[in-house]
Amino acid sequence: MFHIYCPYCEEWREEEEFHAKGQAHIQRPLDPESCSDEEWGDYLFFRDNPRGIHHELWVHAVGCRKFFNITRNTQSYEILETYKMGEQPRFTAECPNGESRDGAASADLDSQTASVQEARA
Amino acid sequence: MQRYSGFALAKHALSHHENWERQWRNPTPKKAYDVIIVGGGGHGLATAYYLAKEFGVKNVAVIEKGWLGGGNTARNTTIVRSNYLWDEAAALYEHSMKLWEGLSQDLNYNVMFSQRGVLNLGHTLQDMRDIQRRVNANRLNGVDGEVLDAKGVQEIVPILDCSKNARYPVLGASWQPRGGVARHDAVAWGFARGADAHGVDILQQTEVTGFKIRDGRIYGVHTNRGDIEAKTVGCVTAGNSGVMAKMAGIKLPLESHPLQALVSEPLKPVLDTVVMSNHVHGYISQSDKGDLVIGAGIDGYNGYGQRGSYTTVEHTLQAIVEMFPIFSRVRMNRQWGGIVDTCPDACPILSKTNVKGLYFNCGWGTGGFKATPGSGHAFAASLAKGEMHPLAAPFSIDRFHSGALIDEHGAAGVAH
Repeated sequence: MFHIYCPYCEEWREEEEFHAKGQAHIQRPLDPESCSDEEWGDYLFFRDNPRGIHHELWVHAVGCRKFFNITRNTQSYEILETYKMGEQPRFTAECPNGESRDGAASADLDSQTASVQEARA
Repeated sequence: MQRYSGFALAKHALSHHENWERQWRNPTPKKAYDVIIVGGGGHGLATAYYLAKEFGVKNVAVIEKGWLGGGNTARNTTIVRSNYLWDEAAALYEHSMKLWEGLSQDLNYNVMFSQRGVLNLGHTLQDMRDIQRRVNANRLNGVDGEVLDAKGVQEIVPILDCSKNARYPVLGASWQPRGGVARHDAVAWGFARGADAHGVDILQQTEVTGFKIRDGRIYGVHTNRGDIEAKTVGCVTAGNSGVMAKMAGIKLPLESHPLQALVSEPLKPVLDTVVMSNHVHGYISQSDKGDLVIGAGIDGYNGYGQRGSYTTVEHTLQAIVEMFPIFSRVRMNRQWGGIVDTCPDACPILSKTNVKGLYFNCGWGTGGFKATPGSGHAFAASLAKGEMHPLAAPFSIDRFHSGALIDEHGAAGVAH
């Protein structure tokens, strides 16, 4: 059972309130009319399926009903962070410790990660 | 291979059954093979068996990172049926069903195939319309099937709650009498023994760590026991296929999820068929040993943890108790999860890839067990000839770019 921090409600809630909606950060092609079959098929059907760190779209279905993102390890099931739509993940496969590549993570992400770490401790 | 028979049993009784030969060897890897099968599950072993037996490719290795029967082969609910809606899927699963019907004789190994019939319940008018459509399609495709009303269902399963008081009353069902169950471990062991007898090397505790690819062509695999060469490699690694594909620089339209099942304490015979319900979501049968075998759905999120989530188990048991109030106090003995690679159209991938000589057989999602012999047979034919077998051809990766999907969500049995 996951305990998930909803970045909009700013509360920890149980897994049953949420639904997973697949991989996060998938951009619909800006000009679908000019897509090749290859590009359109890739957009519709092809997903990352890593054994490790994965960015996922979730919805707080019976809470605020807002969509947000989770960075989760698909092997250990550890949730590394949750973040709002439009924000970028701090933890990635390239920097699994959350060390910002340019050293300037947004203030929002910082406070949120701090609260995640606090809760884990 | 020492054949199993009544006579052999009597003969070995004289020496206290101490001199049976081993069912398969444990050979040292050779430098090169004609064909390498990655993955020693049911599908991989079946592929190797048919390659050697029917297509004359004797120099074959099956590479398995664990041990035989340690993965999904022994982590499923053993149900066999072929009542799929679309022509392509019905043809593939029915091919498998026909092989099941003679499998114990063919392998000289009792896979305990039991054609006790499979019911797919309908709980809404839409369910019943879908069932009618699917059964009609089945019969046009030469697959046996009947539509039953609630009374007909009650006659087959007296312990099922078919009253109108249920939260989701049973309105009827599709009924495939030739469907049933088979002993999953025996399927793996039988195929392994048969493949070994035809000269296939089964390499257990051997993990593929990479592919040897040059100029868009495969030359072999890297393993933890050294490099092994082959110009044809078939990857049959179920839930791990996404990871394997990445090693070969290929992307597959797969997502891996845990799929759970449970078995109860053993009971006296009480259920002599297989009951599945898509609508409330639970499926159940009783094994020859007496325990209830209960299947759950997949977890909603990707995962490689072979355990599954508690919420999914709870949801399934609610459905089972709703359908079978008689089971409300049965205790569950154990629960487990297998990792399934699900496809966007709930159909498998049997396909060539952009790497010449490298083939994938994966994406069986929640329903691979029933297809074990058929999948192995069609895949072996494809590997032997270098051209996809007509039954396998529609399941190419290309369909996700051409749009020729085979949408089997309705007949897949498990919501995903």
